[in-house]
Amino acid sequence: MLQEESDLSLIIAQIVQKLKGSNLYSQLERQAWASLQRPEIKLESLKEDIKEFFKISGWEKKLQNAVYSELSVFPLPSHPAAPPEHLKEPLVYMRKAQGSWEKRILKSLNSMCTELSIPLARKRPVGEQKELLNKWNEMGTDEPDLSLFRPVYAPKDFLEVLINLRNPNYENGDSLSFRTHLGLIQVPLKVKDIPELKECFVELGLNTGQLGIDDSTQVPPELFENEHVRIGQKVLAEQDSAAAQQYIRQGSPTALRAELWALILNISSEPEDVLYYEQLKTNVIQHDLLVDSLIYKDVKLTASNDDYYFVFEDYLYQVLLCFSRDTSVLSHFAYNSASPPKSYIRGKLGLEEYAVFYPPNGVIPFHGFSMYVAPLCFLYHEPSKLYQIFREMYVRFFFRLHSISSHPSGIVSLCLLFETLLQTYLPQLFYHLREIGAQPLRISFKWMVRAFSGYLATDQLLLLWDRILGYNSLEILAGDAQK
Amino acid sequence: MSRPKNQNYKGHGLSKGKEREQGAPIRFKTALMNTLMDVLRHRPGWVEVKDEGEWDFYWCDVSWLRENFDHTYMDEHVRISHFRNHYELTRKNYMVKNLKRFRKQLEREAGKLEAAKCDFFPKTFELPSEYHLFVEEFRKNPGITWIMKPVARSQGKGIFLFRRLKDIMDWRKDTRNSDDQKDDIPVENYVAQRYIENPYLIGGRKFDLRVYVLVMSYIPLRAWLYRDGFARFSNTRFTLNSIDDQYVHLTNVAVQKTSPDYHPKKGSKWMLQRFRQYLASKHGPQAVETLFRDMDNIFIKSLQSVQKVIISDKHCFELYGYDILIDQDLKPWLLEVNASPSLTASSQEDYELKTCLLEDTLHVVDMEARLTGREKRVGGFDLMWNDGPVSRDEGPPDLSGMGNFVTNTHLGCVNDRKKQLRQLFCSLQVQKKASN
Repeated sequence: MLQEESDLSLIIAQIVQKLKGSNLYSQLERQAWASLQRPEIKLESLKEDIKEFFKISGWEKKLQNAVYSELSVFPLPSHPAAPPEHLKEPLVYMRKAQGSWEKRILKSLNSMCTELSIPLARKRPVGEQKELLNKWNEMGTDEPDLSLFRPVYAPKDFLEVLINLRNPNYENGDSLSFRTHLGLIQVPLKVKDIPELKECFVELGLNTGQLGIDDSTQVPPELFENEHVRIGQKVLAEQDSAAAQQYIRQGSPTALRAELWALILNISSEPEDVLYYEQLKTNVIQHDLLVDSLIYKDVKLTASNDDYYFVFEDYLYQVLLCFSRDTSVLSHFAYNSASPPKSYIRGKLGLEEYAVFYPPNGVIPFHGFSMYVAPLCFLYHEPSKLYQIFREMYVRFFFRLHSISSHPSGIVSLCLLFETLLQTYLPQLFYHLREIGAQPLRISFKWMVRAFSGYLATDQLLLLWDRILGYNSLEILAGDAQK
Repeated sequence: MSRPKNQNYKGHGLSKGKEREQGAPIRFKTALMNTLMDVLRHRPGWVEVKDEGEWDFYWCDVSWLRENFDHTYMDEHVRISHFRNHYELTRKNYMVKNLKRFRKQLEREAGKLEAAKCDFFPKTFELPSEYHLFVEEFRKNPGITWIMKPVARSQGKGIFLFRRLKDIMDWRKDTRNSDDQKDDIPVENYVAQRYIENPYLIGGRKFDLRVYVLVMSYIPLRAWLYRDGFARFSNTRFTLNSIDDQYVHLTNVAVQKTSPDYHPKKGSKWMLQRFRQYLASKHGPQAVETLFRDMDNIFIKSLQSVQKVIISDKHCFELYGYDILIDQDLKPWLLEVNASPSLTASSQEDYELKTCLLEDTLHVVDMEARLTGREKRVGGFDLMWNDGPVSRDEGPPDLSGMGNFVTNTHLGCVNDRKKQLRQLFCSLQVQKKASN
C-alpha cells in the first residue's frame, strides 16, 4: 500500500514538473491573477474561491485534459533503480537489434550522401529562399530530379530484420509441438488471445452499437446513430478528453471527428503553436536537408499516386518538411526504443561536442512515411493544426510501427499477435498460405506498418484510427489485419 | 425495326408496326467503342448488328442523328439514345436563352423568389448577337474576369479568359480576318460568361463535378439521377494571376491531359462519395444537404426550361453529363450540359463507374420489358422527377406541403446497386409469375 502511494506521488510530481514548463501553466497563472479582480474571490477563502472559479470557467477541465494527456504517454511503473534505457526498451536483445538496425540505416543514408556528393545539410542562398517562400503553398508543382535518390528503406527490409530477431536466452527445441508458432516472428513475447482481447475491447462487441456498421442505410437512425451523435456533441461541449476517448471507441460521426481527435490529443492551437509552426517553416526556408529530397521522393511515389490523397500533395510537404526540423520530437525518444541518429560536423567525427542529431527531429523517413499524414488532410486544413495533430499522432502511436521493441503496441508484438490469431482461429487459411509460399505476415506487414493508410478506403480508415485513439493502442491493427 | 434512309419504305406487311417478339434477341447498334461496347456485348440476349442491318436499339452519335433521324421510321419498341433537338439544352447559347425565358415565365407566374431559384448560371451573353448588352454589363463591373466559350465545341477547345475589352477586340479582328481569307470556315457563335472567381478549392486546386442525369421523356418529364459521379481536379494550383494558363482554369480531362504536370496514373478524379464525405467532415452534414438540394434544383429547373421546346418522342431517351462548379459559399453553378458525355475510362475506377452507369441506363430503358414503371430506384439511378417531385420512401412524411419535402435523390451516397438490382429483379419475377 505504501509502495503504491509513493509510486502515485512520484507520478504526480513528475507530471507537475512536466506541466510547469508548459504554456497551460502560465495561462493558469495569468487567469488566477486576473481572477483576483472578480467580486466572488475573497481573501479569506482565496484557495477555494480560485478553485471554484477555475471549475466554472472551464480551466479545470483544461488542466484535467492536460494531465490525462500526459498519462497516456506515461510509462508503466517500473523499478526505481532501472536505468533510462529500460524505459526505452527493457529487453537487451531488442535494444541491440534496434541499435544495429539504426546503424544500417544511417550507413545507407551516409553512403547515398557521399555517392551523390550532396551535403546532409546546407544553407540556402537568398534567391532560393525567396523562391521557396513564394512556392510554399504549391510545392507539389516542383519537379526536382529525384531519380538518383532512393528511399532509405522500405517496410519489407524492416520485416527481414524482425524475422531474424531471436532471444538468445530462449531455447525453442527442435521438436514440433502443438504449441509451435509457425509464423515468421520467432520471439517469445506475450500477446493477448481472443478472450483477453474481448475483455480489452469490450466496446467493440456485437451488443454495442458501432459507427461504420450500425449506421448503414438499412438500420434506422433512431436505433443508434442519432443518440450517438447527440452524445458526441455533448462530449465536445464539455471539452473532456477522457470522455471523448471513451466515446470514440464506438466510432466518431464524420462531422465531429476533427474536433474529437483534437480533444483527445489535447491540441488546442494557441497563437504560440502557430508561431512555433511558422518558426519551423522558416527553418525549412533557410536550410536544405538531404532528408527533404527523400521526403519529396516519398510523396511523389506514394501519396501523389494515390486515388484519394493526390489532392493533398502540397499539404504533405508543408507538414513533413517542418516535421523533420522539429527538435521537440526528440523528447519522445525517452520512451521509444529507437535513438536519434547522430551526425558529426565535418572533420570532427567521434567528438561528442560536434555531434548533432540528423535530421533535427531524429526520424529518418522510409518508403511510405508520408501516408501517415495523408488521411489527416481529410480532417484538418489549417497547416499548423494539421501539423500539431500529425506530430502528436506520431509521438504517441506511429513511432511504434517502425522501431523494434517489446511494447504491446510495438510492431513486433502486432506481428506476433496477428500470426497467433491467424494460426489459432483460421488454421486452414494459415497452412494453405504457407503451402503456396505466401507467409501471411508478408502480406499483412505493410498494411500494419502504415496503419492501413492507402490500403483502406478513407472513411473506413478514419473509423479504424478512431479506435486507435479510443483504446490508446495499436493492437486493433493486428485484429483488423487478421480479418 | 429501322430502315436506312436510302431504302424506300413501302410497308412490308409483316414488319409494319410489329411489336418485338418476347424472347427474340435485341439487336443493338453503336459506333462507339470503349465501355459502351463492353456493356452492350455482355448484356444477355443482346446481339450486335453492323452496317445496314436492322436494329432495335441504337446508341448513336449526334451527327448521325442530325442527318438521319427525320428519315428513319422506328417501331414502337425501338429506342435511340438522343432527342432530336437536344441542342436546346446542350448548346450553350440555346440553353442560356431557354433558361432566361423560363426564368421570366416563373417570375410572372410565381414571383421573384421562385424565379431566383434559376440563378444558377453566371451572367451570359451570346456573341456576336448580344454584343452591346454584354459591353454594358462589362462596363458596370470593371476588373472582373470573363470567360469566352465557343458554343458548339467540347473538351475545352477554344476557351479563353479575359479582363479587358481589348482582348476580345483583338479576337474579333482575328476571326474576321480569317473569314475573309477562307470562305469555308463557318462563323462561330460564342458565349461570354462571367467567370466564377471564387471557386471552392480542395488542396489548393480547382475542380468541377460531373453528374449524370437520365431523361426518359420530356412530356411528361421523367428524369433519373445517378448516385455516382466524379470531381475533376485541375493539376495546377488555382490563382487568378495567370488567366492565360489554360491548365489552371479548365478542368476538362482532355485539357488536363496535355498539361506538363499530368500523370495519367493519377486520373485527377475523385468519386463523388469521397467528395461528399470530405465536405461533410469540413462543413457538417447540414451544409452538405443544402448543397445537394441546390444541385437537384439545377437539374430539375434546367430540364423544365426546355421541356416545351424539345420534341418529345417516345423512342428517345438521353443520358446527360452535367458540369457543376461549386464556389466558396457552397453555391453550385451550372457550367454546361453534355448530350454525349465521355464514356471512355481514364482509370480502373472510372471504368467501373461508367460500365455500371451504362448497365443501369439500359435497365431503366428496359428493352426487356421487365419493369412495372412504378419503380423509384433502379440500380444506381433514383427517380428524381416524375411529372412532379418524387419523395423518398423513408423518413418523416411531408405534412407541411413543399416545405420539408425530401427528394428522392442520393447523389454521392452509398451505391449498393448490385444488391438492389438483385432484389428488384427477383421481386419482379415473382410478381410476373403470380400474375400469369
